[in-house]
Amino acid sequence: MGRIVLDKVSKSFGTTEVIPPLDLTIEEGEFAVFVGPSGCGKSTLLRLIAGLEDVSGGVVKINGEDATAVPPAKRGLAMVFQSYALYPHMSVRKNIAFPLRMAKLDKSEIKQRVEDAASVLNLTDYLDRRPGQLSGGQRQRVAIGRAIVREPEAFLFDEPLSNLDAALRVGMRLEISELHKRLATTMIYVTHDQVEAMTMADKIVVLQAGVIEQVGSPLELYRSPRNKFVAGFIGSPKMNLLEGSEAARYNAHTIGIRPEHLTVSTDGNGWQGVVGVSEHLGSDTFLHVQCDDFEPTLTVRADGELDLDYGARVSITPDLNHLHLFDHDGQRIG
Amino acid sequence: MATHHSRSAARMMMAPAVIVLLGWMLIPLTMTLYFSFKKYLPLRGGDLGWTGFDNYTRFISSSAFLPSVQATLIIVGGVLVITVVLGVLLALLLDQPMWGQGIVRVLVIAPFFVMPTVSGLVWKNMFMDPVNGLLAHLWKFFGATPVEWLSHASLQSIIMITSWQWLPFATLILLTAIQSLDREQLEAAEMDGAPPLKRFTYIILPHLSRAIAVVILIQTIFLLSIFAEIFVTTAGSFGTRTLTYLIYQRVLESQNVGLGSAGGVYAIILANIVAIFLMRIVGKSLDT
Amino acid sequence: MARSVTTQRKVFNTLLAWLIGLLIFFPILWTILTSFKTEAQAINDPPLFLFFDWTLENYAVVQDRSNYTRYLWNSVIIAIGSTILGVLIAIPAAWSMAFIPSRRTKDILLWMLSTKMLPAVGVLYPIYLLFIQLKLLDSRLGLTIILMLINLPIIVWMLYTYFREIPGEILEAARMDGAGLKDEILHVLTPMAIPGIASTVLLNVILAWNEAFWTLNLTAAKAAPLTAFIASYSSPEGLFYAKLSAASTMAIAPILILGWFSQKQLVRGLTFGAVK
Repeated sequence: MGRIVLDKVSKSFGTTEVIPPLDLTIEEGEFAVFVGPSGCGKSTLLRLIAGLEDVSGGVVKINGEDATAVPPAKRGLAMVFQSYALYPHMSVRKNIAFPLRMAKLDKSEIKQRVEDAASVLNLTDYLDRRPGQLSGGQRQRVAIGRAIVREPEAFLFDEPLSNLDAALRVGMRLEISELHKRLATTMIYVTHDQVEAMTMADKIVVLQAGVIEQVGSPLELYRSPRNKFVAGFIGSPKMNLLEGSEAARYNAHTIGIRPEHLTVSTDGNGWQGVVGVSEHLGSDTFLHVQCDDFEPTLTVRADGELDLDYGARVSITPDLNHLHLFDHDGQRIG
Repeated sequence: MATHHSRSAARMMMAPAVIVLLGWMLIPLTMTLYFSFKKYLPLRGGDLGWTGFDNYTRFISSSAFLPSVQATLIIVGGVLVITVVLGVLLALLLDQPMWGQGIVRVLVIAPFFVMPTVSGLVWKNMFMDPVNGLLAHLWKFFGATPVEWLSHASLQSIIMITSWQWLPFATLILLTAIQSLDREQLEAAEMDGAPPLKRFTYIILPHLSRAIAVVILIQTIFLLSIFAEIFVTTAGSFGTRTLTYLIYQRVLESQNVGLGSAGGVYAIILANIVAIFLMRIVGKSLDT
Repeated sequence: MARSVTTQRKVFNTLLAWLIGLLIFFPILWTILTSFKTEAQAINDPPLFLFFDWTLENYAVVQDRSNYTRYLWNSVIIAIGSTILGVLIAIPAAWSMAFIPSRRTKDILLWMLSTKMLPAVGVLYPIYLLFIQLKLLDSRLGLTIILMLINLPIIVWMLYTYFREIPGEILEAARMDGAGLKDEILHVLTPMAIPGIASTVLLNVILAWNEAFWTLNLTAAKAAPLTAFIASYSSPEGLFYAKLSAASTMAIAPILILGWFSQKQLVRGLTFGAVK
């Protein structure tokens, strides 16, 4: 269940085309993440799949059947919204039961399924509360509960964690991943946070201005970004990108090197520079080094124990095996 | 987002409201305009033909016109000053921590819910009566001669009654506005060393400016057409004949419809001038 | 973030606020007290505050002599009738403007508001004339229609602001949960809209109850509501303070109670959402 195919799907609002025709396939059971900066069209794409927006062109297929003209209620998809969109006048129990009531299941079946979902999500004690009496994380769980009870073809998540605080976000990330492993249902997840994309996805779809920049597994994207945009967007801290004479040495317009592929030493003969701020994470230290020969500051990952003073002189050697080369248009050439 | 189908449904749903309001606006307005160019005396010959702008010039040049404009302006201006100044002070006070805040709020709000004829009559008889009124007793208690409020201080009396009715409205709106002020702003100002008075003039007052403007505009529109308060107290005598009251007398008491209608057109124009400013503010709040 | 305020300051605030509150409320209180006095006590010199012979006589007299119930009934029918009629017309309009907004929505809203600003006296004679022609003069139906028309802009505005607060995502969630249009309206929209509709009804009943231009000018004996009933006391007929007070108390009591429940809505309804 749950293979979703977009065939030349496009979307315009009035005369502005927000998504030019694009093709995309999400396989059964896959966890696909749409990631990109805000305004890149990722949420719109999700809403096209959900049926909350009409496509301007192209075909949306769910399990091989054309669903383009099918209303959202009939597509068999469940969605978790950014604001959770819980029904404020209903108890948690009624919220979770709502899709089942709509599907006209009988009472005992509904009760059973709601209680199962509640126990999976640790909501059993809160079933009779109203959404207004719950914490952010609990509301999030109710929204997920409402989605899982109906056993949909696929789950759609629209930035579901962006309203939670950092600690809770990490926990919920894990819970959603576990849910996916257990249910093995197709999930499509929209986020602007590349960490969420990297940690959760089977398949990442990087979008910019409505265009798919690259599709692939997290490590594919990390190891061989197809262009400068993906290179800069995936990975934290960001890949270092250098232009000009340094790049020209490799016959490229831009070269990229990740922080972990730079080695710092106090007496080498690589790029010479001065240490600025050092960020100590414990396991790693990220050094921000201003080199003598070029403008952009380099971010270097070093050992967690390394302790260099502000202003210390260092030399930096790139690992040439992990050098990314891009041409004038930002496309990967090696 | 919306499809073609939903757009036409939207138009259908709006139609009843739009149509009745359009009718309510256009039909009487057209009739008023029509009558204003006629010599029309229902009890003394009826329709006596077209007179051009005669009614308009006669209305303005009548000896009652200027005093009525003056009375209107004094009443509107007086009530506005009293309600806005006291309203700001009262709102500031009610925003302070205290016991029984809810009850005080209820006490302050109450006059707004009293029907205008009741407040007019209660004030006239039980407070402003020169013999039995409570104010007369108060004056006598302090050894002063009781004031004949509604004949000797008629405008002040109307202003007092009307202010009593509208102070709750101003207070309530200004209080709502004060409560929406970001407390951190005030604390930041306190940290920056601004004393209470400076905090009021530089932070609270600017924050309230929009609410004050709304209070002024809405009250002006309602105050320009106050009627019942005058109807039951002085019936327009002792210099309390406002523009609204003058028109009312021309139309219904002396049945000079043409003249009254010309006055009505003046009143509509006046109200519209105020309304334009109010609509600007309201329109802006729609965008956010 | 509760700031600790010195108790002294709080006591001062409390005393001052209560003093001012009671002062503002005093005319109403005095009216209520006077309604329980005899006419002689009502004009006693010095005025009697609490220590007089409480009596219900005035209420009985007002009721017997002046047919209070008929006026009350007229008020109830006109205020509630005009509000319900207005709400019925306004709900679809406000609904479509809130959920299917178009470029002209804002203009239509502002235009509706502008009709509210039409001074009544400017159209007094045309309405008077139309009422004579349509035989609506001194009829409850006529007043109901007029009060509906003058309050319709406020009703539309209030409902619009309430409906706009219902987040669109919730309706989308219902659609995703498999709810059809009927279920969406029945199980999601209506329960969420009812508090707003109730508040709108409440405020507009109050406004219609207290309206005192059209109710005074378009009624005589038959359809006159309480505003006109009270106005009939403006012609002095000797000692009548206690009866005036009793009549006034009966006219304002129901609405005073409703009014206290609708303080919050008052701001929203009368500022057209311009103050939040």
